[in-house]
Amino acid sequence: MSTVEAPPSDLAPRVLSNDPGDHETPHGREEEWRFTPVAKLGDFFDAGQRGSVTAAPSEFVTMIPAEMESSTVEKAAHWVASDLPSALARTHATSVVSVAIPAEREVDDIVVVDLAGSEELNYGRIEISAGAFSKATVVLRLDMTTDVSGIVVTDVADQAALTVLALYDGPRTSRHVWQWATTVGRDASFLGLSIALGGSIIRLQQNVRYAGPGGSAELLGAFLASDEQFQEFRIFVDHNEPHCVSNVVFKGALSGAQAHTVWIGDVHVRREAVGIETYELNRNLLLNDGPRADSVPNLELETGDVVSAGHASATGRFDDEQLFYLQSRGITEELARQLVVRGFFVDVLDKVTDADLRRDVIRRIEERIGMEAIEQQLTEVDA
Amino acid sequence: MSTLQITDLHASVVTDAGETPILKGVDLTVESGRTQAVMGPNGSGKSTLAYVIAGHPKYTVTQGSITLDGEDVLDMSVDERARAGLFLAMQYPVEVPGVSVSNFLRTSATSIRGEAPKLRTWIGEVKEAMAGLQMDGAFAERNVNEGFSGGEKKRHEILQMSLLKPKIAILDETDSGLDVDALRVVSEGVNRFQEDSGAGVLLITHYTRILRYITPDVVNVFAGGRIVETGGPELAEVLESEGYERFADLTKA
Ligand SMILES: Nc1ncnc2c1ncn2[C@@H]1O[C@H](COP(=O)(O)OP(=O)(O)OP(=O)(O)O)[C@@H](O)[C@H]1O
Ligand SMILES: [Mg+2]
Repeated sequence: MSTVEAPPSDLAPRVLSNDPGDHETPHGREEEWRFTPVAKLGDFFDAGQRGSVTAAPSEFVTMIPAEMESSTVEKAAHWVASDLPSALARTHATSVVSVAIPAEREVDDIVVVDLAGSEELNYGRIEISAGAFSKATVVLRLDMTTDVSGIVVTDVADQAALTVLALYDGPRTSRHVWQWATTVGRDASFLGLSIALGGSIIRLQQNVRYAGPGGSAELLGAFLASDEQFQEFRIFVDHNEPHCVSNVVFKGALSGAQAHTVWIGDVHVRREAVGIETYELNRNLLLNDGPRADSVPNLELETGDVVSAGHASATGRFDDEQLFYLQSRGITEELARQLVVRGFFVDVLDKVTDADLRRDVIRRIEERIGMEAIEQQLTEVDA
Repeated sequence: MSTLQITDLHASVVTDAGETPILKGVDLTVESGRTQAVMGPNGSGKSTLAYVIAGHPKYTVTQGSITLDGEDVLDMSVDERARAGLFLAMQYPVEVPGVSVSNFLRTSATSIRGEAPKLRTWIGEVKEAMAGLQMDGAFAERNVNEGFSGGEKKRHEILQMSLLKPKIAILDETDSGLDVDALRVVSEGVNRFQEDSGAGVLLITHYTRILRYITPDVVNVFAGGRIVETGGPELAEVLESEGYERFADLTKA
């Protein structure tokens, strides 16, 4: 396995290789790992007795045996492992969950992929391809009880429109380390939604690059961390083509003294990426005292010839005035809190256009906040 | 018939710097069908009085009592007070991002009435109430108070009042920030509400302007955290021409 030359940006990974031997074991002092509790992820950094992530085959989903050679999707997406966990998963996963939407196919029903693992720790390889002019919504349900170290390689071909919603809703013991790599084709659009609710540790590296001009990538996230949960979202958008759009919006609600979330938003606009639009936002809502939310937006512009480029980041306390206002209209404190939290996430959840799916996500969020009363009451309004 | 009875009310604001007494012995009775005006200079404690009645957590009552038809209001949580029949139209309504007006109104009405209003009649009810305040229907899809103009916020408060039908409504400077047309529309809304429901109104204002549209039964002058003079509507005329100057020394009390 040859080492590919790293791109010329401080934000891009330094070592690109599928060979685990080419990657250093993270110690926690490295820039990429400095927020992560690496001590709790020791088994993610060595190759032991591991299982592979699987999914039941369906019309668009197949399980294919893993091969050393780069797959068609990996080649199309220019994907090569960029750290030790991704290289281990790439090398040792025995099979690949392949979600393939044929060209020109517009899929009305949501493609639901229920992922499962067999061992305590499982390597996951997922490949998603949306053929040219296709249109589909894929939901990856990551609510397994086991730990996963995985990669999701996605290729959105020219003029395709792909939505991928990943739902991390496993028990409070499970650990997830994922690397996503998406390539957005000419005039294609990609909407990636990360809903992180469960797990003890979730670390998600999400990379986007473009394969032609006119592509649009939206990366949205809603996360809820409580008690001792750790969640880390590292975004890297490589604006390598002209006239593309990227929009990154991550919103988190934190509660409990030990909860810790990290959001790193790296956007690199290359010299050739003229006429692009990029915006990234992270907002965190602290529901009580104690939780820690780290938020680091980072915009690197090599050209001034852009339509717009901006970022924003804010972490704030739960607003008692909002509670008072709602309560003064007869709404109980519990319901008022729920309305405020739901309202906080609304711009992300509104992007889930399928009504059933949106309701499911809202219900899961509300269950996690420990409040359920409102849904029946308001379904009539939504209807 | 309902009666809100405020007796010898003392209250402090709690800040990081400590407790500052603001209300210093307020006695006031608001009854169904009647309108009590409370007028006073900036900073005299009018909003504090309104907030204390509604149960804002920043204020603590150090002495005195508030009862609604004999029930101890101070013993109730903020939402219990609203469900008991109290309503506060706020001077500075709060933005609630991501919560639409229609969702908010329906959740409030459900909470106050104890059951969700039937959807069909509810939609008609909201439409009519909005039309009465000359509010555009598109308004219902906006987020609560987010990006509302001053006038829109005040109309929205009165809209809530007419839908929630409280026994006693406290209007804290509902007139401020309104141009003449809006003031007339909002005042008519208040009058209509009171005629229809027979509610009692506590009208807090700094200016006499709104009293041309809403006729108070009693005018109270508020200064230094208490009522310093009480009279009929003619007292408002005196204040109009003389201002609050002659009460200035009382503010120190
Ligand atoms: N939350 C608070 N924190 C600090 N000080 C407060 C607070 N609320 C009221 N005060 C103080 O209490 C006093 C009375 O304020 P209040 O808002 O009740 O007056 P008001 O009569 O409503 O004034 P206005 O005519 O400007 O609305 C003022 O000195 C004000 O600064
Ligand atoms: Mg005031």
